[in-house]
Amino acid sequence: MAKYEPVLLKRISKENSDTIESYLADGGYLGLMRILKDCSPSQVIDLVKSSGLRGRGGAGFPTGLKWTFLPKNHPGPIYLCINADESEPCTFNNRVLMEKDPHQVLEGIILSAYAVGASKVFIYVRYEYGDAYRATERAVNQAYEKGFLGKNIQGSPYSLEAVMHKGAAAYICGEETGLIESLEGKRAWPRIKPPFPAIEGAFRKPTIVNNIETVACIKNIIDLGGDWFKSLGIPPDPANPRDAGSYGPKLYCISGHVNKPGLVELPMGISARELIDEYGGGVWKNRKAKGIIPGGNSMGFMTYDELDTKLDFNGPGKVGCLGLGTGAVTVFDDQTSIVDVLYNICRFFAHESCGQCTPCREGTSWMYKIIERIRKGHGSIEDLNILEEVGNRIGTMPGTTICGLADGAGWPVKNAIRKYRSEFESYIKNGTKKFRHLHLQMAHH
Amino acid sequence: MSALNPQIVEKIKYLITLYPAKQAVTLPALHLVQDEYRCVSVQSIVEIAALLELSPAEVHDTMSFYGFFKTEANPLGKCRLWVCRSLACDLRGADDLLNNLIDKLGVGLGETTKDGLFTLEEAECIGACEGAPCVLINDVHSLNVLDADRLVEEIKKKL
Repeated sequence: MAKYEPVLLKRISKENSDTIESYLADGGYLGLMRILKDCSPSQVIDLVKSSGLRGRGGAGFPTGLKWTFLPKNHPGPIYLCINADESEPCTFNNRVLMEKDPHQVLEGIILSAYAVGASKVFIYVRYEYGDAYRATERAVNQAYEKGFLGKNIQGSPYSLEAVMHKGAAAYICGEETGLIESLEGKRAWPRIKPPFPAIEGAFRKPTIVNNIETVACIKNIIDLGGDWFKSLGIPPDPANPRDAGSYGPKLYCISGHVNKPGLVELPMGISARELIDEYGGGVWKNRKAKGIIPGGNSMGFMTYDELDTKLDFNGPGKVGCLGLGTGAVTVFDDQTSIVDVLYNICRFFAHESCGQCTPCREGTSWMYKIIERIRKGHGSIEDLNILEEVGNRIGTMPGTTICGLADGAGWPVKNAIRKYRSEFESYIKNGTKKFRHLHLQMAHH
Repeated sequence: MSALNPQIVEKIKYLITLYPAKQAVTLPALHLVQDEYRCVSVQSIVEIAALLELSPAEVHDTMSFYGFFKTEANPLGKCRLWVCRSLACDLRGADDLLNNLIDKLGVGLGETTKDGLFTLEEAECIGACEGAPCVLINDVHSLNVLDADRLVEEIKKKL
């Protein structure tokens, strides 16, 4: 394969890449000006649909299709919410985009808002992204000054207000209706759907929620065309009638036990093994990978033998993972105990369950307690069955919860026990030499 | 005497104009107050509620959902040091870093040093996994933090 030249990350190493001067010098906002002059919103929607773009936030829902769920000829207001509450563990691509190229993100936001007919956009940034928040806020202010936001953008009839909104360190705000509740000033309890946000979202108005990487893709689809986007990645798998294809570039995060952790942009569909070896510098300390999580904690595990799996929307599911998630690959080496890895993940979900649905609140917390017991050397083989059972029973798929947090909490548990059962059993039987007491306490409490 | 200074009140009144509903200013207002006073006092909750035409219970309900906001019984130090404990950092030494910070600062998790400079906390993934182990100094990332002593000394110089 010829070397791929990054598009979304093209500008991030430039000096002052975050300023509007530098962005304009690189041809920034020309696409927006052309669209406002020559194209109707429905033409933009058609273009995005034809590109095959699927949302980058984790669920992979086709973006153009999501947009068409808005009611036709609605008197307004319609809102766009930008989900920059990037909290899936091991994921940081939105942060880099906002810090280093906020105008690219903002142009994508304005284009999306135009397409859906939004009069106001709320950019919800997690508290932890202070630098990204400030860079984006500066970009918004500069865009107002230069007439890319506000009344009659670039002399067109289209007007758009942008409001920056800061979260307060809660994972659940990344769930789109949790985000909307949080934006409204309430506890971030996800809503029962339907109604979906496109019908009744923020402030009870039709609302579209899009991810940062998604809107950056939209900016480049406008500039380079839907055909460009569709020329990258992988077409739908004929064996999977539900697969809508995995087109375009993807920002893959690489972390954990590799020599070169970092962010890399590649056409969708690289294998996990190639990503780790070619772009992550290989597994550190000349060790072998025991496994990876393919796209954030929620996605489950791929074992060493499964690493040739393609990281597209369809690939991870073939080896029993929940999906591609955010495309954040975290590697753990063969010296790492799977018990420790699963313990860390279970603790995360027990802490971040919002508490609204009993199966999730109790389930995540009991899975955490059980894996903690195993880790301390007090586990039994029966515990593994209990863990699997709980993992199978919580979530939207078994139909016991309102949002997908619990599916994401159960998946790594099910995967770990199925794929690494012999290691759990030998850990339980042979004791806990490697265990070290940790200072255990929930964050922020 | 009111708990909120006039600048904060003005800022809240301005923010109200940006949103379709006053309640949406709850989080922004709580942030303004905690940034300034390092906690959100009961009186502040009452005053925010009055500005947003809410019951203080509604503001408190939201505030208490996010374990992020501190009460006046347990205010933040000048520097909130959040040590990431999620997977990517855990795999690369977060635990040692946390233990060293506990020793260096002489406080437990969630506690503040006697001089009021540091509050030490664990955080869930703070989204800087390429630089694991990482910490947040208030809302600014510090990457590849391997030396707890050096981190604390460097922050002290800036405070």
